[in-house]
Amino acid sequence: MLEDTIAAISTPPGEGGIGIVRMSGSAAEAIGLATFNFASRVDKPITHHLYYGHVINPINGKIIDEALISFMRAPHTFTREDVVEVNCHGGILPLTKTLEIILAQGARMATPGEFTQRAFLNGRIDLAQAEAVIQVIRAKTDIAMELGVKQLVGQLSREVSAIRKPLLTILAHVEASIDYPEHQDVEELARDEILRVSILCLDKINTLVATADKGRILREGIRTAIVGSPNVGKSSLLNVLLGQQRAIVTDIPGTTRDVLEESLNVGGVALTIVDTAGIRDTADEIERMGVERSRQALADADLILYVLDVTEEWVPDNEIMRAIGAKPCIIIANKVDLLLSVDILTTLSQTVAPKPLVAMSATEMLGLTDLEEAIIQQVFSGSVRAEESIMVTSTRHKNALLRTHTALSDVQDAINLGYAVDLIAIDLHSALEALGEITGENIGPDLVEEIFSNFCIGK
Amino acid sequence: MTYFAGEYDVIVIGAGHAGCEASLASARLGCKTLLLTLNLEAIALMPCNPAIGGPAKGHLVREVDALGGQMARTIDQARIQIRMLNTAKGPAVHALRAQADKNLYQWEMRRTLENTANLDLRQAMVEQLKVKAGKVQGIVTRTGALYRAHAVVITTGTYLKGRIIIGSLHYQGGPNGQLASTKLSSNLKQVGLDLRRFKTGTPARIHRDSIDFSKTVIQPGDEENFPFSFAGTPTQRKQVPCWLTHTTAETHRIIHANLHRSPLYAGDIQGIGPRYCPSIEDKVVRFKDRPTHQVFLEPEGYDSAEYYVQGMSTSLPEDVQVAMLKSIPGLENVKMMRPGYAIEYDCLDPLQLQPTLESKVIEGLFSAGQINGSSGYEEAAAQGLVAGINAAHVVQEQAPILVDRSMAYIGVLIDDLVTKGTLEPYRMMTSRAEYRLLLRQDNADERLTPLGYELGLIDEARYQSFLTKRTDVAAERTRLEKITLSPSEQVNKMLTSFASQPLKAAVAASQLLKRPELSYANILQLAGETSPLSSLVTNQVEIQVKYQGYIEKQQLQIEKYKKMENRIIPEELSYSELEGLSREAAEKLAKIKPRSLGQASRISGVSPADIAVLLVYLEQRRRRGGIVHVG
Repeated sequence: MLEDTIAAISTPPGEGGIGIVRMSGSAAEAIGLATFNFASRVDKPITHHLYYGHVINPINGKIIDEALISFMRAPHTFTREDVVEVNCHGGILPLTKTLEIILAQGARMATPGEFTQRAFLNGRIDLAQAEAVIQVIRAKTDIAMELGVKQLVGQLSREVSAIRKPLLTILAHVEASIDYPEHQDVEELARDEILRVSILCLDKINTLVATADKGRILREGIRTAIVGSPNVGKSSLLNVLLGQQRAIVTDIPGTTRDVLEESLNVGGVALTIVDTAGIRDTADEIERMGVERSRQALADADLILYVLDVTEEWVPDNEIMRAIGAKPCIIIANKVDLLLSVDILTTLSQTVAPKPLVAMSATEMLGLTDLEEAIIQQVFSGSVRAEESIMVTSTRHKNALLRTHTALSDVQDAINLGYAVDLIAIDLHSALEALGEITGENIGPDLVEEIFSNFCIGK
Repeated sequence: MTYFAGEYDVIVIGAGHAGCEASLASARLGCKTLLLTLNLEAIALMPCNPAIGGPAKGHLVREVDALGGQMARTIDQARIQIRMLNTAKGPAVHALRAQADKNLYQWEMRRTLENTANLDLRQAMVEQLKVKAGKVQGIVTRTGALYRAHAVVITTGTYLKGRIIIGSLHYQGGPNGQLASTKLSSNLKQVGLDLRRFKTGTPARIHRDSIDFSKTVIQPGDEENFPFSFAGTPTQRKQVPCWLTHTTAETHRIIHANLHRSPLYAGDIQGIGPRYCPSIEDKVVRFKDRPTHQVFLEPEGYDSAEYYVQGMSTSLPEDVQVAMLKSIPGLENVKMMRPGYAIEYDCLDPLQLQPTLESKVIEGLFSAGQINGSSGYEEAAAQGLVAGINAAHVVQEQAPILVDRSMAYIGVLIDDLVTKGTLEPYRMMTSRAEYRLLLRQDNADERLTPLGYELGLIDEARYQSFLTKRTDVAAERTRLEKITLSPSEQVNKMLTSFASQPLKAAVAASQLLKRPELSYANILQLAGETSPLSSLVTNQVEIQVKYQGYIEKQQLQIEKYKKMENRIIPEELSYSELEGLSREAAEKLAKIKPRSLGQASRISGVSPADIAVLLVYLEQRRRRGGIVHVG
């Protein structure tokens, strides 16, 4: 608790184009170096300097975001520990991704007020400010607790309990067989059974982790990607939806070179819209980067708006169609103001069915209401449903689930390698501990209770 | 009428397993010590099962020994069977258990006490503690003897207001026909200690010659002569087996037909009994679906004809007990020698104790064993040792010793009791220890013998042999790291014969030993090497190498744990004045007065946010020049 490395997004979500992920602790520099590709060669970064480059996922080398990084070595930092700050390019998506990667490298999610707390404990801020520190800890936890209570009675707690229960039962069985080796009642649990239960629980955890993204939808809005061939009017659509001019709109294909991200509210549903550069092969270096980002945005999207130009013959883009797969998708037939016959729309509508088709003209602002209705339709009765999304909404919970996942994978490895049960029990304990961080339950008393309610042991 | 009978450094009340350890430790540390018992014939009495050790309990015995206690040495002299349990479940949970010759055990312990310098043994019933200005002054016995002392250790087991219950019959008494201590508990209440009432029980004893052993299954001991004590291997003795039989449908019918005569179900018992040793009537009612329950028949000694009927603890009337026993295969013609019974007794709330086992209410007063809410001979001995050492340290004005959760099961036991309290008699279990892989029975010496030596409870010869073992282990590990095995035909052939994958590239012997299917002996064979080292050494090498990954993981956890343990909270901290603590946390913290931030974090109802608030206040105090914290 005292000296591990902590991390958090230190700018409030939804504010400004740039967000900062901050780390503090002895491992901050190492984690920073592992997750960052400097644009030019840097052997040892100079303290308190900004460097340009990319946040990468060290596991697969994938680029997460273009970013600026600064390494600030102790003691001249806010917390008097080594501090690293990553200034991400924008939007909540690269920020959370960056944070997740940093956490995966061994940092721990900071608790409310923890940076300030460390600053105080390390003598950085004075006594007068200490009172304020306590206020911060208390205030934020009270809010968090309130949220926590809501979550406890909700779906997540039920789901986590459903995972916890069978794990507790097998752990109780293992422990009972250790503490009461001669009781027939607690014959040693078959390793196959431990394996079976841990696989089952792993599956459930995977599902829950997947819903972490749905939880994010509620918090951050439906991640919506606008895709389509170049120059079909994607940026015009975005501008219309936003009611303001943002992207560079020209008639030259490929002028949207970056992924733009904007938030808006459609019929009470928050959308985070990502306008992508057209996906196509290109020799232009900068544009190719844009195309790469578009692919990623498409893969990450919860809802896809596929824009096509009705004045031209539509050839479905295979790559886009593959990426869409079974995702909720609305086909937007743009430029209907230039259309001579409505027959084309009828044919198109049949071609794309069951995906809904909305006819509109972005430049003439026609069909906007239809589009909003279609989006709401997709959100509330389609496969993006708000109710079932209330699952994992915090990175802390997702993190705990991922740690459970690791522990259960270790259980499987230990069984497959033929390790003795004393080791398997250690990993089962870790799995239950991580789950307990979500529900706030301790294993100790529950385990003892489980042992004695399931097994008839005594003198 | 009282008379002044003498002055001691330390007085220990009760000569059970806690009292024996406490008085021996105190006397061996040079304190003039008085051990008082209700009955000199009942020293180190085992009123329940005739066994010492088992999972977690065996760990405690090994630790008591490693720290310089007595229990292991005495059971090594009084055992009639030895078994290493859980051998297929990994070294962390290997557990040694001995069947005891009860009389021999008592006699050996009494002889040790009688021959220990600085230790006086006396039969007396203590009725009163003398307390002045919150500090213990001495005790008064029923016969009016006033003994003065600087420290007193209470180890009264189940004797305080003991009440025996058999069916509708109940009478005042201690275990196994002993006297109850009647007046001391009201005196304890008067001086400010919180009392509560617990319950435990024991099965009947039967005559050996009335058992038809042919209808039971033999449970022999191990052939290997495992010692409990690190001091050496005891002489090989004749092993006596136990026997396994089971209850029948008839047994269960008899129990159901007589449930109305059970004091438990009639509401005659108020004390809280332990979940982990339910009576047979409890088991039959709670686990209706089980057609039978196991019953172990355990001899109580070489010469004794008495057999302990494990699994049949009961407080049903005597006639029902006999009928029940007769329905068990092998016991058709049983002759019962003593009936089973339940016993209720007064004990203390361990939340009033410091982790040193000194009372928070009365200075110089210690307690250990069942009076602290635990159960079991081994749990008692472990606490007795710590209480005895710390009582001596109070007298000698030395800092108390603290055994923490990362050091030993002893630490887990004491920390659980004084931090979380207990609502039922507390039994040690391996699952209660979070650093189980490091708290093994095989390395208790590694963990505690340096401390025992420093204290003066481990003699020079034993310490030197411990150091030699440690050096040998380290040297052998280094040697294995240096031996390289190459994927030769011979090596791979041998590997295949050990059911292990052949090598593709050269590898260090220590690396190969990590494979679960290969033993240390296999590795030596593969390397074409031999070793003159004892199995005690090679066993350590094997465990340390094989489990290195897991061991390192737990060591990291321990480092974190230690940091929190080293943040000391000043005793006089006024929690109610700390803004930001939840009310529940403030109340609990004020009651328990945790010694460290780590202990505070284990109190139920104290959240991580409360700990964060405490951290900030501690730092504030430190800067105001108040209390300096360690860490």
